[in-house]
Amino acid sequence: MHVRYGEIRALRGVTLSVELGDFVAILGANGAGKTTTLRAISGLVKTTGEVFLEGSKLFRRTPDGMARLGVAHVPEGRGTFTTLSVLDNLRLGAWTRRGTSTRDLAHVFELFPLLYERRERRAGTLSGGEQQMLAIGRVLMAKPILALLDEPSRGLEPVVVHELFEALRRINEGGTAIVLAEHKPALALGAARRAFVLENGRVAVGGDAADVRGHELLRVGPES
Amino acid sequence: MTALVQHVASGVASGGIYGSLALAIVLIYRATGVINLAQGELATLSAFGCWTLVDHGWAFWPAFGATLALSFGGGVALHALLLQPLRNSPLLRSVLVTAGLALAVNGLDTWIWGGASRSFHGPFSASAVTAGGVALSKQDLGVAGVSLAAALVTGLLLVRTKLGLGLRAVVSPVEARFAGVRVGALAAVGWGLAAALGAVAGMLAAPSLQLDPNMMQRVLLYAFAAAALGGLLSPVGAVVGGIVLGVFLDLAGAYVHRIGGELRPATALAVLAGVLLLRPNGLLGGTAPERA
Repeated sequence: MHVRYGEIRALRGVTLSVELGDFVAILGANGAGKTTTLRAISGLVKTTGEVFLEGSKLFRRTPDGMARLGVAHVPEGRGTFTTLSVLDNLRLGAWTRRGTSTRDLAHVFELFPLLYERRERRAGTLSGGEQQMLAIGRVLMAKPILALLDEPSRGLEPVVVHELFEALRRINEGGTAIVLAEHKPALALGAARRAFVLENGRVAVGGDAADVRGHELLRVGPES
Repeated sequence: MTALVQHVASGVASGGIYGSLALAIVLIYRATGVINLAQGELATLSAFGCWTLVDHGWAFWPAFGATLALSFGGGVALHALLLQPLRNSPLLRSVLVTAGLALAVNGLDTWIWGGASRSFHGPFSASAVTAGGVALSKQDLGVAGVSLAAALVTGLLLVRTKLGLGLRAVVSPVEARFAGVRVGALAAVGWGLAAALGAVAGMLAAPSLQLDPNMMQRVLLYAFAAAALGGLLSPVGAVVGGIVLGVFLDLAGAYVHRIGGELRPATALAVLAGVLLLRPNGLLGGTAPERA
């Protein structure tokens, strides 16, 4: 198996690599640069660094171009098409693939029965938790190499968060590498294999999730 | 009673034309956030194109098909040339360019074909068919049928195809990019489709309005009112709005002195302004959000 990885030098010198099938958490307080790191990877902000995917350098990155290369970015606003139905949102998840796989659709509905019940409803009428499920469902439809998730747990009930992380684990088991920006360390470290802690735009700590777990920085963060 | 049915039929026919042009406006508005002020003049240009083909001996329907194809290509080209370069500028600048385009096309028509009215022989005869004791003009029935068929084909494209899914998705351009949609390319297709729908409206309107460079100016106002009735973002709403407006204007014109003639545009303006003020999401749309 060849290794797919992205490498980025952004912010004030953030370098990170993600291996095929990896599950990486990016931790840090608000403003530490978590969102910016994800945006830099998908080309939403200009960077002076480099991003490699499967060993080749990516020039002129754009969110749509990255999506076509297999890098799905779920932004903090969840990227939901509020005027379209749940079903259309899921179909758009598979936009970069040929056709819509009914098996993938069935898989999403099996994982989130609630989305099946609401399939004809406008996505804008869903609750925050349901919209987040929809966003994750779209990642399942896209089957990307790498999924960039920006604080999917934000504003959700603990029960919903639990369900969400279970879904992330399933996506990861399906072979999709995940980069998860999250400000609640316990949550993210429970799911991820590796973790980076950002502080003021730099990587303060990085390594196996188990090693990062005990680190002092996590306890002084304002929202940890 | 007979007169009422006839007025409704002719209202549906003119409403079908308004609805086609309104659908064109809605498609471009959804895809780009721009109201295309040149939509009417482009329809006139297409009608002149069709007239020229027929003048050169083509039969109507082949000329109709060729005009649709040429209009689609022209719409795509106009988007690439005039609008795509402005994609990162404030939308008002693009609207300004479409206003300039309208005047430029009007001038171009006059230069090529002259300003005089020409009679445009459509495919439908002026004779009547009698159904249930009511005589309806074949012209009205044909115009209503063709415009509704065009709307139906557009609707099926939007709802049943992947291209249509993309065209519906670009109403949220940021989200569409995250999904991997090439927003610019779909906007170009939107312009192409809009130009083709406008061509349908122009070719259907020309036989009754007489073909001249200003033929579609009032029709554009009716189309704006129709699109507003549907909430500006709804393709179905635009077509329904067109028919409602067409029937309303024809009935008002028949039973209220002067509205049928000189005051018809003013009445449409009142509808447009009233809907935008009181029901900005259209008559049907309760919660439709603004375009992102």
